[in-house]
Amino acid sequence: MNSTARHIWTITKKELRSYFSTPLAWVLIVVFLLLSQGFAFMFGGLLEYQNASLAAFFLYIPWIFMVFAPAVGMRLWSEEHRLGTMELLMTMPISPWHAIVGKFLAASVIIFISLLLTFPAWITINWLGDPDNGIVFAGYIAAFLVGITFLAVTGVISALTRSMVVSFIVALFICMGMIMSGWPNIVSELDNWIGGLGQKVSQLSVLTHYNELTKGIVVSTDIIFFLSVIGFCLYLTAVILKTKRA
Amino acid sequence: MITVENLSKHFGPKVAVKNLSFELKKGEVLGFLGPNGAGKSTTMRMITGYLPPTAGKITVGKADVVDSPVEAKAKIGYLPENAPLYSELTVQGFLNFIGELRGLSGADRDKAVSRSMDLCHLQGVRHQSVDTLSKGFRHRTCFAQALISDPEVLVMDEPTDGLDPNQKHEVRALIRRMGEEKAIIFSTHILEEVEAACSRAIIISGGEVVANGTPDQLKKKAKGAGQIRFQVAGIPASATKSDLEGLASVSSVDVNLEEENMLRGVVVPKEGQSARASEDIFKYVSSKNGLLQELAVLEGRLDDVFREITETSV
Repeated sequence: MNSTARHIWTITKKELRSYFSTPLAWVLIVVFLLLSQGFAFMFGGLLEYQNASLAAFFLYIPWIFMVFAPAVGMRLWSEEHRLGTMELLMTMPISPWHAIVGKFLAASVIIFISLLLTFPAWITINWLGDPDNGIVFAGYIAAFLVGITFLAVTGVISALTRSMVVSFIVALFICMGMIMSGWPNIVSELDNWIGGLGQKVSQLSVLTHYNELTKGIVVSTDIIFFLSVIGFCLYLTAVILKTKRA
Repeated sequence: MITVENLSKHFGPKVAVKNLSFELKKGEVLGFLGPNGAGKSTTMRMITGYLPPTAGKITVGKADVVDSPVEAKAKIGYLPENAPLYSELTVQGFLNFIGELRGLSGADRDKAVSRSMDLCHLQGVRHQSVDTLSKGFRHRTCFAQALISDPEVLVMDEPTDGLDPNQKHEVRALIRRMGEEKAIIFSTHILEEVEAACSRAIIISGGEVVANGTPDQLKKKAKGAGQIRFQVAGIPASATKSDLEGLASVSSVDVNLEEENMLRGVVVPKEGQSARASEDIFKYVSSKNGLLQELAVLEGRLDDVFREITETSV
């Protein structure tokens, strides 16, 4: 391992230890599983669908991640500000980027584990029918991308404040906006107001790109959309951390 | 080891540090004194690369803190004010984490962590979670963190804050011992600490250096330093007073107590003639067959110097 990878891994490891040494990560994962499965089976009517797919599950994922990702990511930098450990971390012989990427990776691992633990639903539909597992796989990729995009957004907010509650609430509202701007009702409302506006805005929505991906059409533009939002957010985090010190 | 040139820091319109320059060599322990808000912490944060300076240049070893921060930071062990720690980790877990960030791994890391735990007496609490520790232990854990990589430079913001008297004593001894082969800079409010541990002290006030020298040199700046306290008996007091005033090396005599055959007071010698004056007093009294009951050159007190300097400049 070169020194960059080693430093990032050190940070990731420590963050994961922090997550799992308190009940926070466990509670969040359990709540996520209850919500995602509950919605899919009860409201989504996963079992009543005539075709075997996880569409009912994926339908609610962005809405659940809208709450879940800010809850996972709210402590990333707020905690450093609150404890004063930022001063320790930023005087270590590492680049701030190592810390930014390392923390983001650790939180992404939580999202990854959460999605992985939904496998019983996947087993169920494979047992009951004959789903297109390619589409299921694409759905999981889309879900993961939405989750970590919301994490990156939360990271920016938590770099701004020492209060976890504030960073949670503000991040939640921003994530909500990123979903709503692609919601059909709002898109048509905007289109009525100024022709074509809704369509343009929805291109910036997480929901639009997510829906494309979950259809099983893995288009590189959708993936690039998510990755560039993440990249931009991490960059913004770096800028905020730097200006906060100056 | 550390060179600070014309360092300034502004927070908006507020000037925290103004044109600060000093140098620190290996083997020196520099005490950083000043009232609250004088700019001590800000200066230390700039040296350690946490805050970017508004103007000026800081070099640690050969590395410029602004241009090559990673090289500079690798040379510095830093104990921030209030000893921040990650509360969810154990003492050992925390030190391992810092060791890895400082580029240590495997057996090297374990050895370094164990060594710094020994130095700070943390072996007994190594598996304890940081948020269950008492203040003294938290402080020592953060102190141990600064020592892990055996850095050439140590920067410590109030290293004895919150420790009990025994621990304070120990930390001072540790600083003095390490100071022989490192360059150490620490801030404090406690002036006896400066005398106990520092080879040099800088007093800053309002973001500027107002005094710089060894503790002894600084003490000489106190009002009353170098004056001679005396008590003479067995010779007529009034004659003694006028004779002492007549000595070439004496500028004036303040009498505290005068009886028929006894005189007690303080002699103010002429500039820089303290030693000479005490010799003259001794000779005079013995030539008159008087009894010299006390003769002492007064040392200045560091807190007098501190108060005089920082009060006038605020």
